[in-house]
Amino acid sequence: MQKVSVLLFLAWVCFLFYAGISLFTSGFLLTRLELTNHSSCQEPPGPEPLPLGHRGEPGACWMASRFSRVVLVLIDALRFDFAQPQSSHMPGEPSASLPFLGKLSSLQRILEIQPHRGRLYRSQVDPPTTTMQRLKALTTGSLPTFIDAGSNFASHAIVEDNLIKQLTGAGRRVVFMGDDTWKDLFPGAFSQAFFFPSFNVRDLHTVDNGILEHLYPTMDSGEWDVLIAHFLGVDHCGHKHGPHHPEMAKKLSQMDQVIQGLVERLENDTLLVVAGDHGMTMNGDHGGDSELEVSAALFLYSPTALFPSVPPEEPEVVPQVSLVPTLALLLGLPIPFGNIGEVMTELFSGNKDSQPHTSAMAQASALHLNAQQVSRFLHTYSAATQDLQVKELQRLQSLFSKASADYQRLLQSPQGAEAALQAVIAELQQFLRGARAMCIESWAQFSLVRMAGGATLLAAACFFCLLASQWATSQGFPFHSHRLSVAWGLAGTIIYAGLLATAGLKLDPVVLGAVAAVGSLLPFLWKAWAGWGARRPLAALLPIPGPVLLLLLIRWAAFFSDSFVIAEARATPFLLGSLILLLVAQLHWEGQLLPPKLLAIPRLGPSTPAVPPRHNGMHALGLGVGLLLCTRLAGLFHRCPEETPACRSSPWLSPLATMVGGRAKNLWYGACVGALVALLASVRLWLRRYGNLKSPEPPVLFVRWGLPLMALGIAAYWALASGADEAPPRLRALVAGASVVLPRAVAGLAASGLMLLLWRPVTVLVKAGMGAPRTRTVLTPFLGPPTSQADLDYVAPQIYRHMQEVFRGQLERNNSQGPLTVAAYQLGSVYSAAMVTALTLLAFPLLLLHAERVSLVFLLLFLQSFLLLHLLAAGIPITTPGPFTVPWQAVSAWALMATQTFYSTGHQPVFPAIHWHAAFIGFPEGHGSSIWLPAFLVGANTFASHLLFAVGCPLLLLWPFLCESHGPQKRRQTPRNEAETRVRPEEEEEEEPLMEMRLRNAPHHFSAALLQLGLKYLFVLGVQILACALAAFILRRHLMVWKVFAPKFIFEAVGFIVSSVGLLLGIALVMRVDGAVSSWFKQLVLAQQR
Amino acid sequence: MKDNDIKRLLYAHLLCIFSVILSTFIPSLFLERFSILETHLTWLCICSVFVTAVNLVLYLVVKPNAPSKRSSLSHKVARFLKCCIYFLMSCFCFHVIFVLYGAPLIELVLETFLFAVILSTFTTVPCLCLLGPNIKAWLRVFSRNGVASIWENSLQITTISSFIGSWLGAFPIPLDWERPWQCSLTEGRCLHQEKRGGTLSQIFTYGCSIKTTKVWPISCTLGATFGYVAGLAVSPLWIYWNRKRLTYKNN
Repeated sequence: MQKVSVLLFLAWVCFLFYAGISLFTSGFLLTRLELTNHSSCQEPPGPEPLPLGHRGEPGACWMASRFSRVVLVLIDALRFDFAQPQSSHMPGEPSASLPFLGKLSSLQRILEIQPHRGRLYRSQVDPPTTTMQRLKALTTGSLPTFIDAGSNFASHAIVEDNLIKQLTGAGRRVVFMGDDTWKDLFPGAFSQAFFFPSFNVRDLHTVDNGILEHLYPTMDSGEWDVLIAHFLGVDHCGHKHGPHHPEMAKKLSQMDQVIQGLVERLENDTLLVVAGDHGMTMNGDHGGDSELEVSAALFLYSPTALFPSVPPEEPEVVPQVSLVPTLALLLGLPIPFGNIGEVMTELFSGNKDSQPHTSAMAQASALHLNAQQVSRFLHTYSAATQDLQVKELQRLQSLFSKASADYQRLLQSPQGAEAALQAVIAELQQFLRGARAMCIESWAQFSLVRMAGGATLLAAACFFCLLASQWATSQGFPFHSHRLSVAWGLAGTIIYAGLLATAGLKLDPVVLGAVAAVGSLLPFLWKAWAGWGARRPLAALLPIPGPVLLLLLIRWAAFFSDSFVIAEARATPFLLGSLILLLVAQLHWEGQLLPPKLLAIPRLGPSTPAVPPRHNGMHALGLGVGLLLCTRLAGLFHRCPEETPACRSSPWLSPLATMVGGRAKNLWYGACVGALVALLASVRLWLRRYGNLKSPEPPVLFVRWGLPLMALGIAAYWALASGADEAPPRLRALVAGASVVLPRAVAGLAASGLMLLLWRPVTVLVKAGMGAPRTRTVLTPFLGPPTSQADLDYVAPQIYRHMQEVFRGQLERNNSQGPLTVAAYQLGSVYSAAMVTALTLLAFPLLLLHAERVSLVFLLLFLQSFLLLHLLAAGIPITTPGPFTVPWQAVSAWALMATQTFYSTGHQPVFPAIHWHAAFIGFPEGHGSSIWLPAFLVGANTFASHLLFAVGCPLLLLWPFLCESHGPQKRRQTPRNEAETRVRPEEEEEEEPLMEMRLRNAPHHFSAALLQLGLKYLFVLGVQILACALAAFILRRHLMVWKVFAPKFIFEAVGFIVSSVGLLLGIALVMRVDGAVSSWFKQLVLAQQR
Repeated sequence: MKDNDIKRLLYAHLLCIFSVILSTFIPSLFLERFSILETHLTWLCICSVFVTAVNLVLYLVVKPNAPSKRSSLSHKVARFLKCCIYFLMSCFCFHVIFVLYGAPLIELVLETFLFAVILSTFTTVPCLCLLGPNIKAWLRVFSRNGVASIWENSLQITTISSFIGSWLGAFPIPLDWERPWQCSLTEGRCLHQEKRGGTLSQIFTYGCSIKTTKVWPISCTLGATFGYVAGLAVSPLWIYWNRKRLTYKNN
């Protein structure tokens, strides 16, 4: 098996996952581009001039303003039937007993007594029916999706054009009181604001009472043009008690009094709008798209007559966003740029005594303005992205131009027929509705086919990983069929692309990738199915040992519960601890934990140094307890998903610069530098222990001198960053310059170190002339009688090898060959040394991106993985020459630890928890227009643990060989490396017949083991992403989907991509070392022959 | 002989189960406002005492072990004291392990410790009764092919099932069902998870797992109890089922 083909195979598997993820994402994550264009008064929405007679009037913009003031009462979760008038002519109806019915009697009274002044609508809400999305819709007139591309994740401020912005732009005074969500959405927009905390849903009264305290005084003061009051009591009551609770009746009665009071205070130029932002379910929840959630009440009232006709029996249904253009035009404002709502025409028809023709004309002109604005928006939007369907867009455009032409014609001949006017109105309305429907389709609807396809592809890829990891170590791994299947996939893709191209359709890269993935996967699975037959038992499908499988299943099941996703930061260490204890218990159960009770047999080797027994006593137990301790300590660096009173983030996650008090700061600084030094020292100690620090190779020199330099740079940077404000003024420039230069220098050093490592990865010391090193090749002494089959397997080859050794020693003496494997001391750990060096080089810049005190977590991380590797190595039986495998528990523990470190480095899978400040490390002035560099820095900060653990994954394979105790570890790998040189140049003289058979097999096994390791890790990660995807798929109507499941899926998906890339890099590094070692051997052999 | 042994084992276990059940009912006769969930810590103490007593009585009556050769009073006393020390040590060990597993370190020490006590009662006390203060014997019993009698076998099963039960008991902790055993904060500060969707900045009250003042060990202790009872009930049946297959070295 070629090394390159292993890498290619893994890359292909990764591609399968990527295709599945991107297919799922394209169906699940509805995206919409946020345009920052604004409508303005001076600029009419269309090429035609504004309607005559509307210019020059005071307060007129696109249209003359009809009301100078508006009171907007937003009652959160005011469902339509809460406001529905109860017909009194049906006595004894049981519905009267429902606590939420008929409580808004003032509305009912107005509707009955003053039918021309007020009107109730059933407003149709677009999902997601969550407050923030609704508020966005109610002010921008658009359809907010989960990801409004272009918006800033760090804050919720609305960047799109909206009513509030237009109002403040026109110099109107906007007074707000109520839900403090508005503070996030419109920072600094209000001339006066009374915000009340909204997060405690158990609290029914704080917000409402707060509003009531200010509402009437503000209104009477007259210091406002637009007054917005956002009541939360009804919503909180729904969450706490549900709508069927007497408390709801009280709350609604209170709201009724509020409306009554407002109606009494209204003046003639004022419009009162009472609206619910969404409804609620039978249980009082909302967020989904059930009928009860999407129907909200909308009530309009003005002391002057508003409507020409009496209201219909059944209230009309209007889309919620219709309120936006209506309000804008009524107030004499431009319609917000991104609005897709349709004006409510009745409000523009004038008084009841106006002429039918003029009122229809007024309606048409309002609609036309609206249509022009929507058309302009569609044009701009479709120029910016390709979300919208082209055909539908063209159809709408032609519809609009026809309607517009008709309208112009009507304007030319004002005495046109009534019928023609009505036709124009109908056409305009048709255009507006069509536009809205198109937008809904592309922004607010999941593509179930794509989601299902993506999930299926992910599942197939996972299954394939499982299957292939079983096969990888067996001899008959069908690699050629792999190439064949990839070829198939490519061919299929090309054919598909050709078909599409000939059909003239747009190529969707996501679908194309998915087709390629399926096309290449299917032949492989087919092969597997065909080759299944009877000879493979079904048990091969589930190679994971029971308890580990149970743990993994629990972990995967946890992705389906929002509580567990939120609590994952604590659940993962728990599972990791369970796994660790399980490993220790298993060791004990197998009898490997305790020292063998019986005496040691005499040593076999003549010159073997004294070696401790394989697993001395409480060694593994100590490792386990140490691991648990490290896990718990790392858990102290916990960050809450959100700041709430019930959850306090660890104060240690904030940067030192925020600390006051010099002494504590200095102490912490000392601790951080201490952690840095300890990290550095332990890595150097480790390398020294395995002899890799003696070589004169450049990477070693770099480790000796470059790493301390990096640590020094980081420490200096921390000192500057934490004390920048205290610097004396004349040093300011110096400090500023240094805080730019130092991080870049550290990153540059790390990059150059990695380059050096890639260039000369072999860190061995060639020292010829050491006497009789061969004898050292012998043995791991085995103490105690063989108690199990594994021990027997271990001892027998040792004896055999010893005999060979003696024999070979005689041969060598005869040949007087120079000692060949002098350098075996360093060779034994040549792979791990390169890995550890690379990891350290990676860790330093990543550490720099975090807050200072997280360096302690990084130290813990290294310590933890070191302990875990030792513990796992204790559990893995020393591999006989046969295939090398990494057990599932090792891979699972590794993946769990990666997740745990993600949390303990102060991250959470929610967008507000991202460490944005990482983008400014080394770039304190910002990045200008560049997006990729800050994104890269923030991504490196967020997914540091994924990257480190994925790159370090091959250590799982290497470590048991390293841990075989002091003597043998130097040699265990050596044979394999030698094998490279021995096997390939077949013509070379076989001067070492010693372990020939075994050596010949080894390189194949090595590649296979790396492949298997990669596949196993990808499987564990892949099932995680599959579980996330399935959770998002199944629970897509869940209340928490946009709060918990969708962010979790996104983080998990990006984490998977980072991890898979890291894994490929790690394996590539091992292979690079392997290649370098073989060429090194070749050189050595050539030198010997000369 | 063997069937007879199994029968004795079954009776002994039934008695243990009975003691657990009694501990939930008897105290309500004497104590006002006693209930497992409300006055959980009291119940923990009582249950621990009951189970320990029954185990001791059973040990004295059934005598599953061959009587010790040395039976002087001082030896017995020393042995008893040793047992007590072992019990305390196991309590502390469990406490440390719970903290390592994520239990709060400084707050709720009493709750955590009582959980450790009840788990020790379910695991260490039977071990002490059966095997005596002899670590080597313990280690032997809890390793593959280490059991030497049906008593030890049942001990193995009940102990492991107690551990698994308390482990499983930790799982409901993060859920936000607001059951009394799970999430009822004394100050009523357990904020219901904000379900209003939009405001990302106002959610995630982190369930109740952060400031669980009163309910922290309930699910775990109940899990341990259920695990213990299940182990008691299952082990005689399992041994009976596998009686042909089980061969013990010493019997």
